[in-house]
Amino acid sequence: MKKYLNVIAAYSIMLLLIILVGIFQSWTIALTIFNYCMISAVMTMGANIQWGYAGLINFGIMGYTALGGLAVVLVSVAPVPEAWEAGGLNMMFCILVIVGIVFSTRYVLKKIKKSKQRNYLVAAIIIGGLILIRIISGPAIESIEAVEPAKTGFLGGLGMPVLFSWIVGGIFAGGLAYVVGKIALGLRADYLAIATLLIAEIVVSVIKHEDWLARGVKNVIGLKRPVPYEVDLQGTPWFINLVEKLHAGKLNLINSVTEKQDVLKQLVIDASSVYVKLCMAGLFLSVVIALLIITQKALYSPWGRKMRAIRDNEEAASAMGKNIVKEHLLIFILGSAVVGIAGAMMVTNDGLFTPGSYRPMRYTFVIWVMVIVGGTGNNFGAILGGFFVWFLWVQAAPIALFLINLFTAHLPETNALKIHLIESAPYFRFLMIGIGLLIVMRYRPQGILPEKIIKQ
Amino acid sequence: MDFLNALILLLNYTIIPALTYGSQLALGAIFVTLIYGVLRFANFATGDMMSFGTMFAVLFTYYFQSLGISLGVLPTALLTIPFAIVMMILYMLTIDKFVFSYYRIKKSPPVQLAMVSVGVMFVTQAIIRIIIGPFDRRFLDGEKFILKAIEFKEMTGLNEGLTIKSTQLITIIVTLIVVSVMFWFLNKTKTGTSMRAYSDNEDLALLSGIDPKKVVMLTWIIAGVLATVGGVLYGLDKSYKPFVYFNNMLPIFAAAIVGGIGNPFGAFLGGYVVAFGEIFITYAYKKFFTYILPEHLEPDSLMQLLSTDYKFAVSFSILVVVLLFRPSGIFKGKIL
Repeated sequence: MKKYLNVIAAYSIMLLLIILVGIFQSWTIALTIFNYCMISAVMTMGANIQWGYAGLINFGIMGYTALGGLAVVLVSVAPVPEAWEAGGLNMMFCILVIVGIVFSTRYVLKKIKKSKQRNYLVAAIIIGGLILIRIISGPAIESIEAVEPAKTGFLGGLGMPVLFSWIVGGIFAGGLAYVVGKIALGLRADYLAIATLLIAEIVVSVIKHEDWLARGVKNVIGLKRPVPYEVDLQGTPWFINLVEKLHAGKLNLINSVTEKQDVLKQLVIDASSVYVKLCMAGLFLSVVIALLIITQKALYSPWGRKMRAIRDNEEAASAMGKNIVKEHLLIFILGSAVVGIAGAMMVTNDGLFTPGSYRPMRYTFVIWVMVIVGGTGNNFGAILGGFFVWFLWVQAAPIALFLINLFTAHLPETNALKIHLIESAPYFRFLMIGIGLLIVMRYRPQGILPEKIIKQ
Repeated sequence: MDFLNALILLLNYTIIPALTYGSQLALGAIFVTLIYGVLRFANFATGDMMSFGTMFAVLFTYYFQSLGISLGVLPTALLTIPFAIVMMILYMLTIDKFVFSYYRIKKSPPVQLAMVSVGVMFVTQAIIRIIIGPFDRRFLDGEKFILKAIEFKEMTGLNEGLTIKSTQLITIIVTLIVVSVMFWFLNKTKTGTSMRAYSDNEDLALLSGIDPKKVVMLTWIIAGVLATVGGVLYGLDKSYKPFVYFNNMLPIFAAAIVGGIGNPFGAFLGGYVVAFGEIFITYAYKKFFTYILPEHLEPDSLMQLLSTDYKFAVSFSILVVVLLFRPSGIFKGKIL
């Protein structure tokens, strides 16, 4: 118990902060923050698996998040039959061509000895394949995008339940990580960071500009939800009765019947949005807890020890017969898959997929701040980092506004500096996050909750 | 005649823009490479530092304009560059003193310094947005064009016009001046040699009595010049928007790695490799081919390898290919 005292204390403070938001702002805001905190926590856990367990630096979190989001669209949206008729066959054929390119390249690389001819052959296969794809897909893409461009203009998905897409998101991200890992994992740490960041940019720009896949920057809205809709809830008798019962005391004070109806209606609307967010929170919480149990078990298993050994001394681990390349690739895939799940969760929570919003600032650097601040190599720390930094990210503007008003209280309302500062209050979040990161890096480089090695 | 037309077309739409963009990238890439070579970390605050210097140039330009000072046909911003550079260097030295020097003395691993630079990136970005805001700003004044398309057509009687913007010429000339002075300094002067020695082998350099503090300070000063000049040139040519500068960090990194990180000359060429790659691959060659091919062979598609949406992706793909086949860059890194 005493061992976990700092963990319990840190988590209680975090919970208290969110409850304070609920009391002073509103419960809807508090729950929104809470949900996003949990999504961030899952992302942070993914990054922590790579950085904390194995020392791999992955700045491509943005790309895996976007792929997870894409999975939601591809799995849960109903298929668009007209689009499939217009060009589905050609697109499927293109996928076959890509598979063909990959396998023939592999075959050539395996069967022919290293030589100039081999390089030319590989280049010829790839360029020929790309030209073939362009010829096949060009007209197909045009006709797909012409199908009701304002509403669909893409192939649509499989129409399956949205929860299934969380798993698919993980698989997508893991698949990408396999490719990226094969290319980039041999690089030195900071090269790896740059390379993964740039590859993630490529992935996002493909998602952004291939409109036939997921409408690109035109966004997909109205995605399915695993929880009930507010509007439906507001018409359900049991829900109205529940709200009435909960607020019985307040309602009984009102005498007029019409007024009572109005108040009840407002209460039901408020309660429905809280209820939906609570349902989401339940789902997210179960993911977080499941992941936490799995990662804790893994961290303290022989496998986890092996990972730490590789992280701390590659040469020694290699001398003990551990296959470092393979282990690095495995952990890169696992961590990225977790990030992919988080990406799918986020899109499910928002109900819309906006490829234009995937930017390195928000989806790579802020997540990394979470990992560093929370505590590298400690799963509880990672979750706490996700919660704390996200909370700061959202609440920084109100805090900054409060501080500005406090320090400029003596200035008149028309003071140019005061007006300028108040207008730029939203940008103080960057300042707070940055200074927070610098302070933690300097005075507590191991994070708020440092890594704990349990001797067995 | 058709051949000349085709040539002018390429010159107008690909070669001159690529040279301009390449020069801007090259300055940034040398900045990245210098920091990497001497201070040994990947500086993720690159884009924002360039933006920081440019911000002062913009502010000084507005101030000078209000005073009525101008350079006539040349943009006022050129006059403000020295002042902006001073502010930039002061900022960099402050950051170095309070943030980076601690980790340098402790000999932290490069990854930790890179993470610290992420923190600096956040702070710099915040300061810029608080001072000047996130909006798009144009601060170009003076003559806009050196050669207009119509004038060129009248002069030569060709179908295709050639436009040369004053910013394009200024960019190329200023880049050449700055880069040659820098190479002269690095290769011919004693201080420059000591910098190269420090980059090559820190211990040996210390042993031979090179003052590390001086080297680090010099590096930041040169970096400040490069960052500000590169940023101002980019801002004059396009426009000044903090977010765009942050994004420019990515092709700049690509240029630095393609050229071989730690190698300034490689970075200089890497900038052009990335710029030409981006523009050549995303340019639609339809008109070009209609000029040079006989009539019955004229293409009916756009003849574009990739749509312009993938401009950034192209430079990153160049990087991935280089990383796969020549991880040390085209021009062998680490010989500052």
